[in-house]
Amino acid sequence: MSGLPLAAFLDTPPLGELSQDALRAAGPQAAATLALWWPTLALCSAVLLGILIALGYALATSGRAVRSAPGDLSSLANREPGLVRAVSVGVALSTVALLGLVAASAATDRKLASLDTAGALQVHVIAHQWWWEFEYLDADVTRRFVTANELHLPVGRAVELVLDADDVIHSLWIPNLAGKRDLIPGHTQTLRLRADRAGVYRGQCAEYCGYQHANMALRVVAEEPGAFTAWADRMRAPAAAPATPLAQQGRAIFENGTCAMCHTVSGTPAAAKHAPDLTHLASRRRLAAETLENTHDLLARWISRPNALKPGVYMPDQAYSESDVQALTAYLETLK
Amino acid sequence: MRCPELACLALIVCLAGCERETRHFTADVPGPAYPGPRAQTGTVAGRAENPYARNAYAVNEGKRLFRWYNCNGCHAEGGGGMGVPLMDAEWRYGDRPVDVFTSIHDGRPDGMPAFGGRVTDDQIWRLAAYVRAIEGRVASATAPNRDDSLQEAKPETRRAGQ
Ligand code: HEC
Ligand code: HEC
Ligand SMILES: [Cu+2]
Repeated sequence: MSGLPLAAFLDTPPLGELSQDALRAAGPQAAATLALWWPTLALCSAVLLGILIALGYALATSGRAVRSAPGDLSSLANREPGLVRAVSVGVALSTVALLGLVAASAATDRKLASLDTAGALQVHVIAHQWWWEFEYLDADVTRRFVTANELHLPVGRAVELVLDADDVIHSLWIPNLAGKRDLIPGHTQTLRLRADRAGVYRGQCAEYCGYQHANMALRVVAEEPGAFTAWADRMRAPAAAPATPLAQQGRAIFENGTCAMCHTVSGTPAAAKHAPDLTHLASRRRLAAETLENTHDLLARWISRPNALKPGVYMPDQAYSESDVQALTAYLETLK
Repeated sequence: MRCPELACLALIVCLAGCERETRHFTADVPGPAYPGPRAQTGTVAGRAENPYARNAYAVNEGKRLFRWYNCNGCHAEGGGGMGVPLMDAEWRYGDRPVDVFTSIHDGRPDGMPAFGGRVTDDQIWRLAAYVRAIEGRVASATAPNRDDSLQEAKPETRRAGQ
């Protein structure tokens, strides 16, 4: 099993297209699982087919009794010839097939565990109801940074995701890259993976975690190391001060109103940790854990009425005037 | 007779009509408006009810916000510390729902910060509902009965009071 060339299982979705597909492995972990999945599918299909053929043969060859005839119980007295043999052969074949699958899964497990993580990028993933927080770790603490809902990874470099949950149990599943792993409050786990193909992959919370579980997705952008480093440098920079009067007014509302009680914009007094870090919000493709496109209109609607767009969300609806909403939106749009 | 079925049906109907279970996601719930600044507290006529006093979801939300807004930084888990204890039956500024609301909204002179404007009024009502649960003053069927973190005190459902 372990000798199989995993590269044969790698597949790239068309560039620029969002993919959430376990059959399109973009890295060795997903490829190893796929290398187990295809033979398992083939074997199980063959078994099913064999059973159906045997059943059809038995039905076709057995004699037919007339409707009114009494039940034929003769087989109770003299056992059918060949029954013992048929059952023994069936049991033996199943045993061999199942043991084969057990061995194959054990080999796959070893393969998954053997990913070389020397020099791995470490990201602390914290699941919240209902969004994802990513803290990019670094031995030099000044180089750490926090972002949300959009996970960028360098192609070809191993990644160690350190998994924690803030409230209830969640599960991280990025089908193109790796299998699922649960995030459990108070019990840190790790998930190791590597993206070998550049692309944009969609991940999803795979453990029911409350009202908006279905809208708790994430976007994984696997990019060339150069592009990744440039992105990480942008993320490390604090927010630039807004230039237009409207955006400056929005910043004042943000910092003196409710927003700063939950959100962080680094480089400003807003430093609360209960909600996604907004320092570089405008660079994200989508809002609220992949729920909405990050457009001007949707952002403005989200600011005053998040519960209309994602009911039950832990961000309150607020009665802002239209001009305040425009100012807040203008401010958030400067957070590139 | 079909007693079990009928009993089930009756239970479902009761639950559906139960205020305890309603989830208000948006802020436009019927309820008293903010009663006015501190100076007027004593003059607020009557005894405004907290719109969430009987709503388990809102009281639980209040409990989450009590941690989020770091109330327990000063009031511990209700036991006091830098702030006054909220678990005992002693209230410096009155125990009516509007008094609790006003304490949180406007702050109090000896070190209780004002949260009005920094937190929505709707959330203050939820916090106020929970503050009364700390002391065991909401029905045990409504009070939160599980914790997301370690807590030394008895669960709110088991506290003294009504
Ligand atoms: C009580 C805490 C709280 C307050 C107050 C709050 N938010 Fe939020 N906000 C959240 C939470 C929680 C989320 C994540 C929601 C989700 O996706 O489930 C969020 C998400 C967002 C997002 C989307 C972030 C992303 O990564 O997609 C934006 C933008 C946002 N909030 C802006 C604001 C603004 C502007 C204000 C002030 C008007 C504000 N928030 C007030 C808790 C809050
Ligand atoms: C900085 C510390 C601090 C924080 C944070 C704080 N409080 Fe207080 N709180 C106090 C102090 C001190 C008092 C007593 C004030 C006085 O006696 O004038 C108090 C009083 C109160 C009272 C009035 C109690 C009475 O006996 O009448 C209530 C209710 C209350 N706080 C609730 C809250 C809630 C809810 C929060 C979170 C939203 C909170 N507090 C956050 C320090 C704090
Ligand atoms: Cu979930």
